[in-house]
Amino acid sequence: MLGRIFSAIMLWILAIFLMAPFVWMLFISLHERHEPIPKIQDTIPTQWHFDNYSWVLFNPTLPVSRFFWNSVFVTTSVVILQLLFTSMAAYAFARLSFRGSKTLFAIFLGSMMFAGSVMQIPVYLMIKGLGWLDTYWALIVPGISSSFSVFLLRQFMLSIPKELDEAAKLDGASDFQVYSRVILPLSKASLATAGAFTFFAVWTDFFGPLIYTSSTEMRTLEVGLSVFKNSYGESQWPLQMTAVVIVMVPLIVVFLFSQRFFIKGVLMGANK
Amino acid sequence: MTLRQKENRSGWLFVAPAALHLFVFALVPILFSIGLSLYRWKLYRPEKSFVGVDNYTYSLRDPAFLNSLWNSLKYALMSVPSGIIVALAIAVMLNQKMRLSPFFRTVYYLPAISSGVAISMIWIYMYLPESGFINTVLSKLHIGSIDFLKDANWALPAIAFMSIWTGLGPRVVLFLAGLVGVPQTLYEAAALDGAVGWRAFRSITLPMLIPTTLFVVVTSTISAIQVFTPVYMMTKGGPEDATEVVGYHIYNEAWTSFNTSLASAKSFILFVVIALVALVQFRMTQKQLEGHSTF
Repeated sequence: MLGRIFSAIMLWILAIFLMAPFVWMLFISLHERHEPIPKIQDTIPTQWHFDNYSWVLFNPTLPVSRFFWNSVFVTTSVVILQLLFTSMAAYAFARLSFRGSKTLFAIFLGSMMFAGSVMQIPVYLMIKGLGWLDTYWALIVPGISSSFSVFLLRQFMLSIPKELDEAAKLDGASDFQVYSRVILPLSKASLATAGAFTFFAVWTDFFGPLIYTSSTEMRTLEVGLSVFKNSYGESQWPLQMTAVVIVMVPLIVVFLFSQRFFIKGVLMGANK
Repeated sequence: MTLRQKENRSGWLFVAPAALHLFVFALVPILFSIGLSLYRWKLYRPEKSFVGVDNYTYSLRDPAFLNSLWNSLKYALMSVPSGIIVALAIAVMLNQKMRLSPFFRTVYYLPAISSGVAISMIWIYMYLPESGFINTVLSKLHIGSIDFLKDANWALPAIAFMSIWTGLGPRVVLFLAGLVGVPQTLYEAAALDGAVGWRAFRSITLPMLIPTTLFVVVTSTISAIQVFTPVYMMTKGGPEDATEVVGYHIYNEAWTSFNTSLASAKSFILFVVIALVALVQFRMTQKQLEGHSTF
């Protein structure tokens, strides 16, 4: 009993330690926008300025709503396309025997070792050569497949009983029908896991959009936010924090819905 | 067409998009990058000359690059071991084979899934002199104000502390999951031999958690060595190059100075360093595991 109370207290202390900066962010975002940074005891605003949000979103000098739309469009496209292509590859690796499959899978795994920094410059040059700089192509196409997702989905598909495919094939189903009607519906949980990982990675990607885009209209929220900090400098903390909340809300919402799958995926990675 | 040929064909059709992507966005760039590192070439300039391994020998003697590698290692040493020990201590204290509720899971993961830019902006405030959160607390304890991010002695530890905060929740969750996997019978058997408390922790909990710890140590170290966003946002490598970590150094080499081929060579050296660090950690933990398996 005592142990349980102790645990509960520990859980809350840790939660408060991790949450305090976010709570502060939320309160500051509702202060009057020209106010200097308030003392801690004045963190809770006396007047609540919800209009900061519309001011930041629709401010003509820095189109945050446009950044938001860019992030939504890019992230959704990458998540959908990546799930499609990586689930197809995972299905082939888990279910079909084809010549060279072992070698190819080893190459997929090996490529995960290479840090992004080795690829950056050549990928940039390629995107430049294709004339994709400062377009959505540059933000989407490099992300449409990922060795990690292929690995994650393949591991899961290996655990689906093979009899199901065989039964479907006896009924005359083609490989594509087995993939789309049998394997995919049974893989919903692992698709959610891979999708969640991809969502967070793309939504918070800083480096890619930073070097592949240059015009303000093509910036994603993450890079736009860093521009926001520079153009407002050390002043206007309430507006900076408003922008931070705008970046964070979709992350929190998606995490709430996907946390079960997300953590399962993390644990799977740790126990492989 | 035989059944085998058919399966062969559809296998390749299914992997084709992902394999093509891998080829275009990973294999070709890696090879191209090796080639590039053997030339002297600046982005947007036509002249290009073959220089062999000159970029590598130059890099290994470049004090700014070596300093940045050293800063990254220091940063990893500051943030990884302490971050893991704190997380392990909390997980063990929570002990109770518990499943965290979705509320706590979300709260614990929030710093880790957050955008790096957003977190950096919040922590710039945390570290502000005078009015910042940490200095307000320090002044209550009658400690003078410290300008953490502008003080060469404090800037790197300050960013490292922030990353301990970011990684804490997920690490606690991972260790809790690892603890669930430790069979209760081991503790009962050890208790019969008089091993309880610290001794039970040393001889059972710790060795049983080695696979989890290895995973956490290796992944955390690799990402610590490559830290970029907080440095870009909070200190720009300053003050006095104290936070010029290797990721930021290579970024500047490639995208500010446009020394494209030199930056390629440096990122390969970084890749080798990371691979070596991971290998050493893997070996060390492997030894530990063997040493303990006979208990």
